[in-house]
Amino acid sequence: MTGRTFRLAEPVDFLVIGSGAAGGVVAKELSTAGFSVVVLEQGPYWRETDYSHDEIKYTFQAGLTNDTKLQPITFRKNENEPAKELKAIEYGRQVGGGSVHFTANYWRFHESDFHERSLYGEIPGTSFADWPISYADLEPYYTKAEYDLGISGLAGANPFEAPRSKPYPLPPMRVKSSGALFERATKQLGLHPFPAPMAILSRPYQGRSACVNCGFCESFGCDVRAKSSTLVSVIPMAEKTGRCEIRPNSYVRKIVIDARGRATGAVYFDAQRKERLQRAKAVVVCANGVESAKLLLLSKSNRFPNGLANSSGLVGKNLMWDNGSFASAVFEHPLNEFKGIQVTRLIHDYYRADPKRGFYGGGGIDARFNFYPAGFALFGMPPDAPKWGSEYKKMVANYFIRTMSLLAHSTSLPMEKNTVTLDPEKKDAWGLPAVRITYDPHADDVANMTWLLEREYEIFEAMGAKKVWAQPVEMFSTSRHLMGTCRMGSDPKKSVVDPHSRTHDVRNLFVVDGSNFVTCARQQPTATIQALAYRAADYMTQAAKAGELG
Amino acid sequence: MDLSRREWLFGSLAAGSLTEIAAAREHARQTVANAAAPRFEFFDASMAADVEAIAAEILPSGDGPGAKETGVIYFIDRALHTFDAEQQNVYRAGIHDVRETRQKLFPDAASVAALTAEQRLALVRAIEHTDFFEVVRVHTLLGFLGNPSYGGNREKLGWNYIGFEDRMAWEPPFGYYDAEAK
Repeated sequence: MTGRTFRLAEPVDFLVIGSGAAGGVVAKELSTAGFSVVVLEQGPYWRETDYSHDEIKYTFQAGLTNDTKLQPITFRKNENEPAKELKAIEYGRQVGGGSVHFTANYWRFHESDFHERSLYGEIPGTSFADWPISYADLEPYYTKAEYDLGISGLAGANPFEAPRSKPYPLPPMRVKSSGALFERATKQLGLHPFPAPMAILSRPYQGRSACVNCGFCESFGCDVRAKSSTLVSVIPMAEKTGRCEIRPNSYVRKIVIDARGRATGAVYFDAQRKERLQRAKAVVVCANGVESAKLLLLSKSNRFPNGLANSSGLVGKNLMWDNGSFASAVFEHPLNEFKGIQVTRLIHDYYRADPKRGFYGGGGIDARFNFYPAGFALFGMPPDAPKWGSEYKKMVANYFIRTMSLLAHSTSLPMEKNTVTLDPEKKDAWGLPAVRITYDPHADDVANMTWLLEREYEIFEAMGAKKVWAQPVEMFSTSRHLMGTCRMGSDPKKSVVDPHSRTHDVRNLFVVDGSNFVTCARQQPTATIQALAYRAADYMTQAAKAGELG
Repeated sequence: MDLSRREWLFGSLAAGSLTEIAAAREHARQTVANAAAPRFEFFDASMAADVEAIAAEILPSGDGPGAKETGVIYFIDRALHTFDAEQQNVYRAGIHDVRETRQKLFPDAASVAALTAEQRLALVRAIEHTDFFEVVRVHTLLGFLGNPSYGGNREKLGWNYIGFEDRMAWEPPFGYYDAEAK
């Protein structure tokens, strides 16, 4: 740790809660603007030298993510059924948060994503709405994020992408066999494949190494700092200012509010689980689309009996899910997909919704391989393959180097009944209520996943796959894209934060992360989370300088 | 995303804390260092022999290494002694049931490990849909293809068999079809 340290009782200008995709950006922006910043992070402070290619540790044992032994999660489909313990959501729990272990897909939203409600109309049973901001409002901040963090891609290669003020700072990553087959086949089908924009360095950048194609991106921390997490990009910039302290192993349980209704700091458990109070002039919650809502709900007081900044009653509501359709196929010759990054080509041809399909939906489809050896043998094989014995063993060996997958990243309509709440019974290891997730997809989301799966089968056929298989779409996965639970809006009755991520109820309290999302586009939230964070930090800087946060 | 899907399907495995994993790896390192006489921490000799007989049906020897050659039984023993200690009772109860099934099907055999190849296959077919068998299957695959630092996948034989190599860096082209991209 290279930054300075601050005293608890001395109020810092900004207290940032969470050091992930958003928190890292906010810390860098505020500290470089001259403010003193303390960042409280639940998890430890690890470096690239702490990581390894250990599949058991990082994919089977949640090495970089929330550990449900310490922080149990309960899940139910609706409020009429009892919630059972299940790792329904997953998030990075260390300095850098999910930006450390993510696959590194880095898609900007399309222009239409910000006003789909106006384009497609009301969808019964949902809280489908336009964003209060447009793509043009965010564009400068997408660009800033791409250049600060280091994003590889090819501007203009995706005919459906929104206008951009600058090309990517780095050329696209090298294609692998999954991408090459996908490119040929989708072109044959009249579609428009393009190099995947990735938060991974194709060339050395700002003192960091280019990717060495080791293959361990998804679920792993990068050994050579080529993955553009906040841990290796903006957080070092923040620490270098001498005005930012990253304080790991600091688990916040309550935001403190004074008699005037202003945030004055936060109470957290330190590494020894001792309670500490860090004072601050303003508080920025970047704890992710589940933990931020949880913290506001935990921070209730006489003034805020339903949870902090919750006069709308919407804190924790409208949770959106990491929906998608996943299919795999085997080919004649070795693809050796275990080498290189997970994703090199994708299409956005099916991205926009089309009322002619009979449902709201759409998605981006990428060509990928994100299995590691043991996981592939256990979960990557066709459902009709033998599960054990000599035929199974031979088949694993044949398939491991010849298999690839297609993943369609799809929609999740916002609905108030899909929620993050505090479990009334289950507690975590610190004695705080466990997170209770309630989620059931909208019928359109399921119809969309089914439709996208059919598109994947068409593409695999055009690719010349020998055999194609998939999981049933209704069996949705653990969600890692946590969105919607502190939604952004201009109307304080219908949203939690304003268009600059400031809470409507507390003028010096901000929430900025995936929880702000009004709709979820077609997944891949990281670029938009970071653009929102840059934009919010810009506003905080102006507001603080104008004395508007006191 | 499909990785999470795997956890959704098999959430119970995400059980160990990082301290426990570190302990498991240290234990494996020390045991491998004393490779002359590896010993079991959780299993007794007869339980180890019976579990290994099942693991060897899941990944038989012949046509390349199987569970035996890669030291899967040592991986399982260490897992049950360290990060997957919660499954100890599953193994105790599971082996108890398997032995009862063996007694019913093959009363003349001395033990599961002592069955003929044909009998072993029949026994595993009789238990293949039990929860216990699934736990042994998962452990066997982790022991075959997991990082060798846990005591299985000896000499990286499991990785070699499926064509995987853990290298710090690779250079393209990676696969047969890379050149098709324009």
